[in-house]
Amino acid sequence: MQTQVDNQTQTETKRVFKLDNVNVYYGPHLALRDVNMDIMEHEVTSFIGPSGCGKSTLLRCFNRLNDLITGARVEGNVTYHGANLYGEKVDPVVVRRKIGMVFQKPNPFPKSIYENIAFGVRVNGMKVNMDEVVEQSLRGAALWDEVKDKLKDSGLSLSGGQQQRLCIARAIAVQPEVILMDEPCSALDPISTLRIEELIKELKQKYTIVIVTHNMQQASRVADVTAFFNAEAVEKGRRVGYLVEYGPTEMIFNTPREQYTLDYVSGRFG
Amino acid sequence: MTSVTGGSGDRSSTANRQLVDIDKRVTTAGVLDSGFRGLTLILALAGGACLAWIIVQAAIAAWPAMQLFGFGFIFNTTWSPVTGIYGALPQIYGTLVTSFVALVIAIPVGIGTAIFLTEDFVPSYIRSPIGFAIELIVAIPSVVLGLWGIFVLVPMIRPFFQFLHSTLGWIPIFGGDAPRGNNLLLVGLVLSVMISPIIISITKSTFESIPPELRQGSLALGATRWETILRVLIPAGLSGIVSSVMLAMGRALGETMVAAMLVGNANRISASILQPGSTITSLIASQFGEAGRTQVSALMYAGVVLMVLALVVNIFAEMIIRRFQNVE
Amino acid sequence: MTSIQDQAGATTPSGMPDLTSSSVSGNRNRVGTILTIVSGVFVAFIIIPLLLVLWDVGGRGLPLLFNTDLYTELPPPPGLEDGGFGHAIIGSLMTLGIAAAISFPVGVLAAVYLAEFGRGTRIAYLVKFSANVLTGVPAILIGLFAYTIVVRPLGSFSAFSGGVALGVLMLPIVIRSTEEALLLVPNEMRQAATGIGATRFQTITRIIIPAAMSAIVTGLILSLARAAGEAAPLLFTAFNNSFWNTDPMRPIATLPVLIYFFSIIPYKPQQDLAWAAAVVLLIIVLTASLLARFFSRAKKF
Repeated sequence: MQTQVDNQTQTETKRVFKLDNVNVYYGPHLALRDVNMDIMEHEVTSFIGPSGCGKSTLLRCFNRLNDLITGARVEGNVTYHGANLYGEKVDPVVVRRKIGMVFQKPNPFPKSIYENIAFGVRVNGMKVNMDEVVEQSLRGAALWDEVKDKLKDSGLSLSGGQQQRLCIARAIAVQPEVILMDEPCSALDPISTLRIEELIKELKQKYTIVIVTHNMQQASRVADVTAFFNAEAVEKGRRVGYLVEYGPTEMIFNTPREQYTLDYVSGRFG
Repeated sequence: MTSVTGGSGDRSSTANRQLVDIDKRVTTAGVLDSGFRGLTLILALAGGACLAWIIVQAAIAAWPAMQLFGFGFIFNTTWSPVTGIYGALPQIYGTLVTSFVALVIAIPVGIGTAIFLTEDFVPSYIRSPIGFAIELIVAIPSVVLGLWGIFVLVPMIRPFFQFLHSTLGWIPIFGGDAPRGNNLLLVGLVLSVMISPIIISITKSTFESIPPELRQGSLALGATRWETILRVLIPAGLSGIVSSVMLAMGRALGETMVAAMLVGNANRISASILQPGSTITSLIASQFGEAGRTQVSALMYAGVVLMVLALVVNIFAEMIIRRFQNVE
Repeated sequence: MTSIQDQAGATTPSGMPDLTSSSVSGNRNRVGTILTIVSGVFVAFIIIPLLLVLWDVGGRGLPLLFNTDLYTELPPPPGLEDGGFGHAIIGSLMTLGIAAAISFPVGVLAAVYLAEFGRGTRIAYLVKFSANVLTGVPAILIGLFAYTIVVRPLGSFSAFSGGVALGVLMLPIVIRSTEEALLLVPNEMRQAATGIGATRFQTITRIIIPAAMSAIVTGLILSLARAAGEAAPLLFTAFNNSFWNTDPMRPIATLPVLIYFFSIIPYKPQQDLAWAAAVVLLIIVLTASLLARFFSRAKKF
């Protein structure tokens, strides 16, 4: 990790992502318009807002997972440490290796716990002591003590909360710099949710985290910075999402600049 | 059936009965209902019993030959109506070799094509006609393929066989006499085209039933598309793929017309797939018509051997599919 | 460990991270491209034979179809020209008719039991299991079965025994496709019908089956098309006949068997008849497949 830290201090700026006038289209339809924001290093940034406002869409721009949807298109500038993420020569595979992701529904592979972690390490051709990586990753995801005696069991045999932590362990095993989380707790019970939230607070020491959440309390508990998105109706019932505002979580929840935000965070949102 | 209300009338007063009557009654509609149910049940059982009946009939017809030749039938290479000695080893060998050749080709082709049709390598306006064309292959009668094989494919492919023979002839499986048209490899090739669609369609629907989250999860870890296919999707869909291969194998084992028309019907075992041979099905097809009593029974015995092969393969496939569905 | 750190922290001289393909990921992408090409070749391996078959059979057979003698005449004796396969058309229609008369009612009603009465029962499970395995029983063994239960007791090859063989062959296909069609009818329809006081019989015959009709018919057509091309089960049942016959108790010629016998004899007129019969069979199965595709697209609940 030493080299990485050195690089960061050298470049002075702590900005990881910078978005300039980003528009996302699905086919001919605009889904998200005109987003400008920065994501800072070692912070937890949360995206909140009503459903259909483009939070997840935007999240998937950061690791180019939107590429998988035929017809999806990103306009504007998304830079990662100053490099254009959508530049011609950029290999999405390299991007996704540096920018990990945890999904809404826990999605462990139908393989053993061990192999779930080893998968990403193997495909990326990293020459490491696999047992060590597996242990460190599972420890990092606060799962080691629960599974250390059954690493050969299927990842699917774990409970929902454990599966989600396995997915987090899987993501950190390839040593990313950023972890994107797409409503990681929406399928979990409150106790599992709490454990993941504690984990997120620990992970931000080492990683930059962007989390989409439906749960405003969750945002207020874990996030340093919160971005509020909204959607407006355009012709024929189509909705286009946009960024209303973003700032320190404190401010967004207590003294937001926009009336919309205040309405939403205080539950007066229609 | 004296009255509409039947036996229940005694218990309630006439006035009440006119108001509400929800007692169980024997009515025309009721009889029709249970009769219909019974009829469908009987026919369902009949449909289910067909398989058992076919097996029993084959065993009965083969019984004389089974008594006469015992298990030696499977290991004997003589098939002589003149001396009355029958053994089906060359045919069993031919059946297994042609099916094996067909599978060696059809497994990669089938899985590769299924991947091609589920991934968006090409736009859907190209994929969808290809998918339809593959459905059509299943529909082509095998006797038509046999006809085409005799008159078009054999002359077309003979130079290829000769090339194989002259360059790789030192390997026993391509050795032997100079290849004419009809041989085990030819049958294997045609069978592979016939059975690939089975592998394609089941593998394709298996891939489609894998949750998209798995694919996204793999890609998000920095795996390439093909790494995702080979290391996540194929392992996750393995049971579906295996059962499709089993079903395809069952089809290859039992295919009659292509084998009868293209295998060369030579009663011999040759290490080379460029030599003619025969299969159980081609043996039955070519001899049953003018067979005497013992010979019919011997052919039935060969049929029983084929039946056992086909049943094992199909039951295995069916059980994998069931287990797979139950897991979901 | 250093190598990974280098890779993870790789930067360009300007201090920006390097997101382009590295040598490692470049190789991985190249492997991917090769595999994509290979799978394209596999697709070609499977499509080209189909096109060749359609081209050759169409090319040789289609021109012959315009000669009306084809449908009204018998094949010529060896050495003579012209003639037709009218007797085999009648034979195919007769055997298929008998097969349909056996398999349609049995199969459809059995499927009604599976989908409506016996859903989830052990009996239904076993019936389905056995029907699915029956689909995999080689067609020639079904021919031998019909031989032992019909031809032997009656002492003669016959159109009827051929119909029995084809009927057994079609039965599992009919059961499966009809059951699938019935299962597509939403449960709300059953509840609605029962809710207004209809009996099960009325619900099934007046609501469910009509609602599933187009899908059921599609399945029946496909099963007929499949049976129309089968030669193996007819070899020892309907057998063959060089003359006109409409007696179901006597041997009869059919198009697939005619193709088989005429393809292995060295007379050109007979071979031409085989090509013409092949193109007729192809037209039947292609039309049925197209119809089925059209129907299955047209109606969805």
